[in-house]
Amino acid sequence: MIGNRANWKVTILLILGALFILLPLYLTITIAFKTPREMTGNLLALPQSWSIQNFLDAIEMTNFFQALGNSAFVTILTVAVVILTHSLVAYAIARNLHKKFYKFLYFYFISAMFIPFPIIMLPLVKQTAMWGMDNLIGLVILNGVMQLAFNVFIYVGFVKTVPKELEEAAIIDGASTWQVFWKVIFPLMKPMHATVAILTALAAWNDFMLPLVILSDSNQYTLPLVQYAFQGQFSTDYNLAFASYLMAMLPMIIVYIFAQKWIIGGVMRGSIK
Amino acid sequence: MVKKKHAFLLMVIPAFVLFFTFHTYPALQGIFYSFTDYKGYGNWDFVGFKNYFNVFQDGRALSAYGFTFQFAIVATILVNIISVLIAIGLNSNIKLRKTLRATYFLPYILSVLIVGYIFKFMFTHLLPQIGQALNIEFLSTNILGNPDLAWLGIVLVAVWQSAAFNTLLYLAGLSTIDDQVYEAASIDGAKPWARFWKITFPLIAPFFTINMVVAMKNFLMAFDQIVALTGGGPGQATESISLLIYRGGFQGGEFAYQSANAVIYFIVIVAISIIQLRVLERREVK
Repeated sequence: MIGNRANWKVTILLILGALFILLPLYLTITIAFKTPREMTGNLLALPQSWSIQNFLDAIEMTNFFQALGNSAFVTILTVAVVILTHSLVAYAIARNLHKKFYKFLYFYFISAMFIPFPIIMLPLVKQTAMWGMDNLIGLVILNGVMQLAFNVFIYVGFVKTVPKELEEAAIIDGASTWQVFWKVIFPLMKPMHATVAILTALAAWNDFMLPLVILSDSNQYTLPLVQYAFQGQFSTDYNLAFASYLMAMLPMIIVYIFAQKWIIGGVMRGSIK
Repeated sequence: MVKKKHAFLLMVIPAFVLFFTFHTYPALQGIFYSFTDYKGYGNWDFVGFKNYFNVFQDGRALSAYGFTFQFAIVATILVNIISVLIAIGLNSNIKLRKTLRATYFLPYILSVLIVGYIFKFMFTHLLPQIGQALNIEFLSTNILGNPDLAWLGIVLVAVWQSAAFNTLLYLAGLSTIDDQVYEAASIDGAKPWARFWKITFPLIAPFFTINMVVAMKNFLMAFDQIVALTGGGPGQATESISLLIYRGGFQGGEFAYQSANAVIYFIVIVAISIIQLRVLERREVK
């Protein structure tokens, strides 16, 4: 920070550190293009030819597009449900925090942040199986429940900073409480929606434990779960495995490359709250 | 006015019902069954605190607690030291700042499970190859296959991935510090080391508190990376509490027993979070 000359010593150290971050990804990409015969040589070498055969095999074997569809379905639906409902709940709570019931509700919801998932896992799995919720829709509902605590926490924090005068003006114009929310508050929450959407999407996309215990039909497996289910076959063919891993990570990496500024900003906003 | 009251109630009641049904109710059921001998199916009887006493005498459970704590404490400390260093580096006057920041944050968006599988390959094939080529005995075998060293492999992966988020938090903290504070300090002749401990660290202390608590809590719940890297092995050397509850509860017919274990686990996590918050916040005030 001091002086205007670039600090080359620190830059070089950080570049070395960044190489350590990128090494596993470099390996994943190169191995995904190699043939099993190339695996006996130097593992860090580039592939001799860039054949996409491993990817084609992995797509067929793991039924990649089905898993991709499942993951996309769960992620998109979860984000939509969470943004529409959690913001609404948080608004009602934030505007009534002086009342006992809403205050209780607030602490009741956010206390869930301290409850480790394994304590509810065993009964929850029995319950969802019994009620026919051991599918993707069930997963979306449970995602919504599991993320309620954190999202209510950050939405309430945000609504508290919104001056009430804005709503009062709308009410004088004859708007109902619902209209005030959808027309005034919901659009104002845009920066928080972005943060919630990013965090929720990452959590839903990369989640492993909840789909593992909830889903019973392997046709509904999400991408991480598919990697887990195919470990037996993968341990004999690393090239196939890494092609599969790379395809499973690629959608998020692509989104990240194009929206990294937005994603980092969104996560930072959520963490300062 | 009445209409308004109804509107607010309508907004929260569905969420309340869903939350109670799929969060509180299972939690209460878990606590209830922890006092029974329920296997997950069939009949059951009340057994009082028997399951709880058994957890404390169960070598497998105790070793899971031992491993989980060892892993969580070491990983929390390492991740915080490394994240502070990276954040200070990224916040100083460097070239390529945006690219470097994006690179360091990249692990956060990746699946913990898949990252675990990639590192497993590195531990089993790449590191031994390098170790043998350079004649380093420590590296020439797969450390995940060694009951005494496997946990270090899990720490490494956890740190590699978690440093991303913690670094970002520290960066947010550092960005709140005014440059003029540093300028004043450098006029006074403060050395970099003193500058860090006397100025930077106290100013980012609230971020330090959050990072310690969040990192510790996440590591205590470690599951994905352990499934991917070792599956709890060799033997049960790296079996975390979450993994034990999952295995015993679903595959071992220990529904009631693992429910008791989960209740203990819950109390432990809450107690640790509260202690950490108390201790760290007291330091902040000073």
